[in-house]
Amino acid sequence: MAAFLDLGWLVVLLPMLLAVVVALFGRVLGRFTPAVAILAPLWVLAYGVLSLVEGLHDAPRSGSVEWLTVGAADSLTVGWAVDGLTAVMLVVVGLVAALVVLFSVGYMHGENGLPRYFASLCLFTAAMSMLVVADGLVGLFIGWELVGACSYLLIGFWFTRPAAAKAAVKAFLTTRVGDVGLLLALALLWREVGDLSYAGLFAAAPSLAPATVTGASLLLLVGAIGKSAQFPLQIWLPDAMEGPTPVSALIHAATMVAAGVFLIARTWPLFSLSPDALAMTLAVGGLTAIGAAAAALVQTDIKKVLAYSTISQLGFMFAALGVGAWGAAVFHLVTHAAFKALLFLGSGSVIHGSGTQELEEMGGLFRKMPVTGVTWLIGAGALAGLPPLAGFFSKDEILHDVALAEPVWAILLFGASLMTAFYVARTTRLAFFDAYRGDGHPHEGGWSMRLPLIALATLAAAVGFAGAWLAETIGAHHGSLDLRVAAASTLLAVLGLLAGWKVAGAGHPGLKQPRLAALADLMRQGWGADRLVERVLLAPVASASQFLYRFVDRQAVDGIAEGTAPFARRVGRAFSSLQSGDAQWYATMLGAGAVALLAVVSYIGRGL
Amino acid sequence: MLPLLTTIVFLPLVGAAVTALLPRERADLPRLVALVVSLVDLALVLWLVVRFDVAGGLQFIERARWIPEANIQYFLGVDGISLPLLFLSALLLPIAILASWKVSERPGFYFTMILLLAVGMNGVFVALDFVLFYVFWELVLVPMYFLIGVWGGPRREYAAIKFFLYTLFGSVFMLVGILALYLHPAGGTFDMTVLASSTGLPASFQWWVFAAFFLGFAVKVPVFPFHTWLPDAHVEAPTAGSVLLAGILLKMGTYGFVRVSLPMLPEAAESWAWFVALLGVISILYGAAVAFAQTDLKKLVAYSSVSHMGFVMLGIAAGTPEGLNGAVAIMFAHGVITGMLFLLVGMVYERTHTRTIADVSGLSKQAPVAAGMLAFASFASLGLPGLAGFVGEFLSLVGAWRSELVAPGFVVAAAIGVLLAAAYMLWMVQRTVLGAPSSAVEGITDLNRLEIGILIPLVVITVVMGVYWSSILRYVDPAVTALLATMGAV
Repeated sequence: MAAFLDLGWLVVLLPMLLAVVVALFGRVLGRFTPAVAILAPLWVLAYGVLSLVEGLHDAPRSGSVEWLTVGAADSLTVGWAVDGLTAVMLVVVGLVAALVVLFSVGYMHGENGLPRYFASLCLFTAAMSMLVVADGLVGLFIGWELVGACSYLLIGFWFTRPAAAKAAVKAFLTTRVGDVGLLLALALLWREVGDLSYAGLFAAAPSLAPATVTGASLLLLVGAIGKSAQFPLQIWLPDAMEGPTPVSALIHAATMVAAGVFLIARTWPLFSLSPDALAMTLAVGGLTAIGAAAAALVQTDIKKVLAYSTISQLGFMFAALGVGAWGAAVFHLVTHAAFKALLFLGSGSVIHGSGTQELEEMGGLFRKMPVTGVTWLIGAGALAGLPPLAGFFSKDEILHDVALAEPVWAILLFGASLMTAFYVARTTRLAFFDAYRGDGHPHEGGWSMRLPLIALATLAAAVGFAGAWLAETIGAHHGSLDLRVAAASTLLAVLGLLAGWKVAGAGHPGLKQPRLAALADLMRQGWGADRLVERVLLAPVASASQFLYRFVDRQAVDGIAEGTAPFARRVGRAFSSLQSGDAQWYATMLGAGAVALLAVVSYIGRGL
Repeated sequence: MLPLLTTIVFLPLVGAAVTALLPRERADLPRLVALVVSLVDLALVLWLVVRFDVAGGLQFIERARWIPEANIQYFLGVDGISLPLLFLSALLLPIAILASWKVSERPGFYFTMILLLAVGMNGVFVALDFVLFYVFWELVLVPMYFLIGVWGGPRREYAAIKFFLYTLFGSVFMLVGILALYLHPAGGTFDMTVLASSTGLPASFQWWVFAAFFLGFAVKVPVFPFHTWLPDAHVEAPTAGSVLLAGILLKMGTYGFVRVSLPMLPEAAESWAWFVALLGVISILYGAAVAFAQTDLKKLVAYSSVSHMGFVMLGIAAGTPEGLNGAVAIMFAHGVITGMLFLLVGMVYERTHTRTIADVSGLSKQAPVAAGMLAFASFASLGLPGLAGFVGEFLSLVGAWRSELVAPGFVVAAAIGVLLAAAYMLWMVQRTVLGAPSSAVEGITDLNRLEIGILIPLVVITVVMGVYWSSILRYVDPAVTALLATMGAV
């Protein structure tokens, strides 16, 4: 087993190889394509599980190759290292990815371009593994950008749909705003430390100037905000729902969007040294948690509810990081991966069965799709924070830690919890209960779709109890259950569920008060962030670029260079009359010019 | 023993003579001759790369008296900075020839010009005597002028003359610089290795000479505001012309900065650094912003080149090991990636007869291989890690931040260029590759085997270099270290 575990690089290389195989030979493999593709996440899962079984208490496993040397002294090494946090992440990535591949067999049946789809999933697995096993920021950054590229490819899977193409670009660009921050963090740390491996950075961190630490931490935070769709870079995630639903479950719920949380947890020895960065993280997380939860209240598309919910839940994790509870953040990352992947796959099953994403056209699906219905209820309960499901424990820990450190922000998070329960109940009732309002024939998917749901539901029910073990594995502090917080949050969850259930049952009479209706509209559109970006950022950039090209480039720069246009024409005419292909003439001209110059320069040159 | 560099440089000249003399009625012979010559040349360069000693400094030196009266030598050699560029030149030549396989108008003349161009391109990177360097530098001008002016698009004459005048304007100043160095008592030679290691040129003199060389090189790179010849030349040039123009000719300018300006005029380079960095950053942002406004695929790629070459300038201005390694890495990667982009634009144009972005949509549906290649090249161009474009941009940025000579604000501004690159490239991909097929795209065929064969080597190099940076930097870094040592910077 040790020999197997020493092959850390293979968690990246093997999935990458499989991606190539699937892409090139997908047509030959035919219906066996998923069977080959699933080997990638299974390998990652096996590696993660065996690492945990082996135990990582003594020393993390690692290996590295010297990537390049620059200059006399510095060399950039890229390597891998597996400690508890990495192993846990590998398990999450491998498990969810494997279940998503399995689910896709049924969900994507009959689609065109399946080799491309499964190859992208393998590539994503490779990139995500790279992101988590890298032993320094360079390797992380490479994986970081590659998962973004895979996300682009998969959001744009149905590329003939303009909305999908647009959403893919939007996702890549918005997250790249964050990536610029991360890139600058690397540049800053390279200058100040001269080493980008975690070991080197953490060793140097205590002796760095506070301004450097704060600057680097804030830049890391910018990167995390982009990837994890936190305010103000949250706008891409709702649009990313244009991708196939299994992809949403994997990339836009369980793994890639959680990379921001992972980044901060990973660089904790550095990040935690900056009180300013922590305060900023708390503010970003708190605002995002409540803002996105509010937006989720009024969505009409089942996937949009889940998208805003994901943004909101990631906000909880950021808030936890902001008060120093990185263990709680990672705990919630793990439970969220289970129940949110479950809910996304559940919604996929619903979409597959009923042929619509609009909650308006669903209803009564519980009886028509019992497996989906029961598993959905487990996931919904976990998200709402009902004991003893997974989300209850991890959210409780976050609320407890935030309440101790920053009571005001804790109230905000309690508010977000209440809203969470509300939208969970509303969505559940609209989709699964009352009478069926659509005009299709909803049906349960095949076993390949049911099995992942059952597996994830089991996890969503059970992982909550693993909190202490997880904290020990990743080396973080684990607080015991705070009964007051637990009671309060459970009470809020029940209240929220009841209210949401009631509102969903009232049908859609429309909000009587015009102001309230306007507010609901605004919330449904994600607080109008898109329009703001369009007006404040995109439109000015577009006009600036037109101005630069048409006026500055063509008229000013080119105009000055050519002299006035008539002059240029004259020169042009003069030259074209000489343009007989007579190379000798050019040579003569060149020679004459050179001689003249020689004379001038030798005259000047003496003087200097 | 065979004088390897001389053979590499002048074999295309022999080929050019043969193609020029071939009877006109054998229209299919010139391309064959050109291809064979270019492949032999590539094989020789590969042989040279294999035998190249990474730690050996300047090597494969050939030196002979040429014009003893003026102390002018025939002096060739190659080091870790020129080697990648020589390899790039030898690599792109057969690709450009294969991309011109269907040229039917005066093929003899055409392939003579291509081969003549190769003499100049190869020669510039290995010449170590200033007069020889200048001869090769100017030699490049004439064939490119004809390639654009005879086989170009509708406004070919205008574009060819503009290209010619701009570069001639620049090289006149370069000649002034060369002569000034020769005529100054502390210089007094055309030997570039001697000049590079000589000290004692007064700082004020250096300042002026740097300015002269700057004009010569900046036009070629091209750096804002000397860049406006580039979009015109690219749009009108035939595909092979664009590939070689972007792939090799632009690098002559930045190579000049690294080979001439830095080592020969180190003090001036230091005092000019902020200005070089400033123009580099302006080029990055300006080129990217203007690329947004383009409706023509080729112009978009042309302006993206202005932006990418800005990163090279930034790395050079930084004068740090990372910055210079990054500069050479971008030169190489940009040659490969932009070569791919121009080839693909040409292949699409051949089928759709349009380069207007709005008219070319839905390539994925109709021609998946072409679309996949275009998307791949675009991702490489926008600097996706794991592909070649990222290596140099990353090193250039971290190198600039570490430099004493470049203000951190410049680096932040340049990093925004990374974002803009993603924006204009992906927006282009969204409009051309994705979506439903437009009428121009409806019914076109996908790439044929020859076309795929042309692109595959570039794809492979893009991946290998992106995954394993040392594959190129193991050659570059020792040379950069040596260069900085002579400058007294390390």
